[in-house]
Amino acid sequence: MDEKAVRQKIIDIIAEIAIDEDLSNLDDNVKLRDQLDLDSMDFLDVVMELKKRYKIEVPTEDYPKLATLKSCIEYLGPSFH
Amino acid sequence: MNIYDTLIIGAGMSGLAAGIRLAMFDQKVCILERHKVPGGLNSYYERKGRKLDVGLHAMTNFARRGERGRPLTKLLKQLRIPYEKLELSQQNFSKILFPDNSISFSNDPQLLIEEIERNFPQQKDNFARLLKLVTDFDDVNLNNKQQSAKKKVREIISDERLLEMIFCPLLIYGSAWENDMDFSQFVIMFKSIYLEGFSRPKNGVRTIINLLLEKFTQLGGELRLGTGVKTIDVEKGAVAGVTLDSGEKIQSSRILSSIGLPETMSIVSEGRESAVVGNMSFTETILFFDKKPGDKEIKETIIFYNENDKYDYKRPQTLYDYRSAVICFPNNFVCDDYEEGIIRVTFIANSEKWNELDKKTYLQNKQEVRDKALALVARLFPEFQANLLYHDVFTPITITRFTGHFDGAVYGTTQKARDGRTGIKNLFICGTDQGFLGIVGAMLSGISMANLHCLMKGEKA
Repeated sequence: MDEKAVRQKIIDIIAEIAIDEDLSNLDDNVKLRDQLDLDSMDFLDVVMELKKRYKIEVPTEDYPKLATLKSCIEYLGPSFH
Repeated sequence: MNIYDTLIIGAGMSGLAAGIRLAMFDQKVCILERHKVPGGLNSYYERKGRKLDVGLHAMTNFARRGERGRPLTKLLKQLRIPYEKLELSQQNFSKILFPDNSISFSNDPQLLIEEIERNFPQQKDNFARLLKLVTDFDDVNLNNKQQSAKKKVREIISDERLLEMIFCPLLIYGSAWENDMDFSQFVIMFKSIYLEGFSRPKNGVRTIINLLLEKFTQLGGELRLGTGVKTIDVEKGAVAGVTLDSGEKIQSSRILSSIGLPETMSIVSEGRESAVVGNMSFTETILFFDKKPGDKEIKETIIFYNENDKYDYKRPQTLYDYRSAVICFPNNFVCDDYEEGIIRVTFIANSEKWNELDKKTYLQNKQEVRDKALALVARLFPEFQANLLYHDVFTPITITRFTGHFDGAVYGTTQKARDGRTGIKNLFICGTDQGFLGIVGAMLSGISMANLHCLMKGEKA
């Protein structure tokens, strides 16, 4: 799956969690937390959605790898087939 | 036999919110509610075509759409309910009314700051310090140690009259303790009432309950109304399931109970030490008039009234204490849902005394509560001349009957289980006795306990 498709899948998950936010101008290199009102509870939701939708497990020690869209794509890319 | 990942006892705000979280992540979850109507401490009923709310005077923790870091924004995000669905309508303003002073506040904290400066000029800087302390404090940290809020606030506010006024709304809108509260709870309440403020969803508490119900069932959650839990069955120190009033048994490896800590422990099959039952209960009189208070320029949304300089927030020696009251004007939000004028009057009450009455005296005393409420309204607003169309009074007895809270203790036990643990494996508490307060607090409690105990570690059982 190409980067663009992976990016879209991640955005789709964030869109469902942050329903009241505008996601059209996200910067891939800036921390999601600094661009959106997402706290640790919401990151837990991202992790749980990944498991629910794609059976991708993210161990707690890897949570920092979900900080930016870029790092999400790098980290999760290989797990999407 | 059905086997569930999690059973939730009680379909109040916290139980429903917890249920949504679990159903969202594919747990098999069922909410068991003894009453025929969901809502718990914040519910509703209908009499003679009139819609009545119980519990909710106003929703605290007002936030604008998307406003960051606010508890309301957080919980809507966690429940994935769009902000617009609540159709929130803000308060006009509210007032703390003591013999020699009154302090108004609204959803703009600036009004409160100015009012305190006007009434207590010497406390201006102290109040600014209190504001800083409150804003910087991590009130929802589950590991906060219990400490007296009055003691801590007294170190900053040196005028007792102001201190009493600040505490008045915070105590009566959430404290299980008499004349004091835990400092974390003080901060939660201070932010939710003075810094965020009051609003009302269109059509009141029904709107919230219906939104929660709709979401929960859409996600595949099961709700059984009219289904009381007789015992929580514990085997070798761990939860095994429940036995219903009907004798039916349901298996589950995990239970989240929102019915109160002492109430939960009292139905655990293997005997356990119970928590203390709280002392604070109330009467409420709901009055319907042929005129609206606003027509007579009464614009306040809620008045916290007290006859003395000191606010006596404790179980009275008498059936009820009419020296202080909360007077709520549901018409006085920006949008008014009602055809008629409504005034709600709350007095602190003694549930034990109400319990001792026979049927006839009980009914007589309910009438007297109504008369005292009417007299108070007439005294504070002599210009409001209107005919009473309908009224209803609820008492500590009513509260116990419909919520199951022992002694009509609206704010539950004085010993909160902040981390939700009960000492029994896989039995957790959410709601009032976990210690987050108000409607928003209750929902956040359900969410955080579901996240912590049912989603993060165990995941699917």
